[in-house]
Amino acid sequence: MLKAHQEAEVDIVDRLPTPFGLVRSGVAPDHPETKVVVNQFSRVAQHQRCSFFGNVTLGSSISLAELRELYDVVVLAYGAESDRVLGIPGEDLLGIQSAREFVWWYNGHPDCRCLNPDLKSTDTAVILGQGNVALDVARILLRPPTELATTDISSHALAALEESNIRKVYLVGRRGPVQAACTTKELREVLGIRDLYVHLQKDLVKTPIDEEELKNNRIQRRVYELLTKAATSGPSHPSSGQRELHFVFFRKPDRKPDRFFESHERSGYVSGVRLEKTALQGVEPGKQIAIGTNQYEDLGCGSVLKSIGYKSLPVDGLPFDHKKGIVPNIKGRVISDAQKDPPVLEKGLYVCGWLKRGPTGIIGTNHYCAEETVASISEDVERGLVASSASLPKPGREGLLQVLDDRNVRVLPFSAWEKIDSEERRLGSLRNKPREKLVTWEDIMKVAD
Amino acid sequence: MFILFALPGSMQQLKQSETKVSKGAIFQKYHHFSSAATKDSSEEGSEEKQTISVTFVDKDGEEKHIKDVEYYNKLEDPTDEENDMLDLAFGLTETSRLGCQVIATPELDGVRLAIPAHTRNFAVDGYVPKPH
Repeated sequence: MLKAHQEAEVDIVDRLPTPFGLVRSGVAPDHPETKVVVNQFSRVAQHQRCSFFGNVTLGSSISLAELRELYDVVVLAYGAESDRVLGIPGEDLLGIQSAREFVWWYNGHPDCRCLNPDLKSTDTAVILGQGNVALDVARILLRPPTELATTDISSHALAALEESNIRKVYLVGRRGPVQAACTTKELREVLGIRDLYVHLQKDLVKTPIDEEELKNNRIQRRVYELLTKAATSGPSHPSSGQRELHFVFFRKPDRKPDRFFESHERSGYVSGVRLEKTALQGVEPGKQIAIGTNQYEDLGCGSVLKSIGYKSLPVDGLPFDHKKGIVPNIKGRVISDAQKDPPVLEKGLYVCGWLKRGPTGIIGTNHYCAEETVASISEDVERGLVASSASLPKPGREGLLQVLDDRNVRVLPFSAWEKIDSEERRLGSLRNKPREKLVTWEDIMKVAD
Repeated sequence: MFILFALPGSMQQLKQSETKVSKGAIFQKYHHFSSAATKDSSEEGSEEKQTISVTFVDKDGEEKHIKDVEYYNKLEDPTDEENDMLDLAFGLTETSRLGCQVIATPELDGVRLAIPAHTRNFAVDGYVPKPH
């Protein structure tokens, strides 16, 4: 936006005092090279025509309607902060959590400081899902904690992992290795964890539709090759005391009640899950779904992590497609009525990122997505569709500051983050870590002062 | 993001960082032009300097689908790590390589390089990254 419009002032509003979204709360601690992009983000935030408003929550600090009155253009890029659910009874037993919460916990997100996953009472964790987030979770559970001690992992998570009794992790996928959602780099990394026994079932067969899927998809092809190679190479048994990673394909949690087993010793806690074997059925070219076959097997475990996808949250005054979990849009322009032809659009309202496309893709994907949304904004500005017909310009930044001040909302500008950043790095240097994250709202606000 | 040439044996080894953020050239205007890369072997005590010519073809250029297989085969095979990153690249073709892995050698004289259509300079203020 700043590049495309030399007169534009751009304000970034975030409910957290710390910027950068998933780069801070989602990227794993042992992937520091992926976080280098914060340097680019910082330069944007420090740009003279850009202002960061931290600790301002859409909905409670300020409404969407108010923002649209204050600014010519509002772009919603708040991602997906909730989870898809299995929709199975027993899903809320203790010991069953979403991977998102677990990731926020080890990454020091203040909302999950007190998650307290129990890693001591059990030696087995079952992860439902085989995407990159599932692999991240497995890797953090299985890597020797000494290797994590020099990363920016939150100290409460490091302490829990140092005392963890988890020795076996299962990565369970509904479909087969051809459909595995992870990418090669991440898969290669998890297969290479030091002193880890990796096991895959040997009866991995490819259907003709699988071959079709693989033909035009380089990533899937290379992932499949890596998985089948791992299935046939390596030792057939773990050595004594070795940690284990098991890839389980063609299994989904049974949908009937009581299929998440409750522990007899610890009331309210999960002690296992019943899985149903699946078979693939083609539904359209290049797409197969998993259907149950009425054969079952049970997996005992004290921890279940659901990694089946994120979901966006709706907001008052915002059109929302509950089925897809996104805001209906055309190249980023929010649609208010899709029934009409042409669809009616919301003036001056746009979306970008996961809220626009659904929760998939990497940092680079959002770069391209942002370009598309900005192109839509630029076209609309040029066609006079954005500026208000009234003669007064919108209040913008000054207006927002005034409203928030009236409401006693404490805005934390980018300079506050710079203080937090500096303190985290200082604390980290005392422990040979790149940073020691401040993880409670109190600590963050104290330093931001 | 630069397409820079790492010159073997040269004091000025330049490599672009392998971030997932962006791939491609910093060239904002799309032109058909040539560039020269020089190999300087002064370290080894020899005075030999060689120049090769490299032609960049933009997305609007006539030769859009460059499949110079002959030149492609002169390059070393990509490692697993490079292939993992190419998996995620936009506009990938059978003769695509990461720019930082195309090392200038005399054999590549005359090579034509096409830059993907979705190439942008990420920097807001014309910021030029330091070579490292």
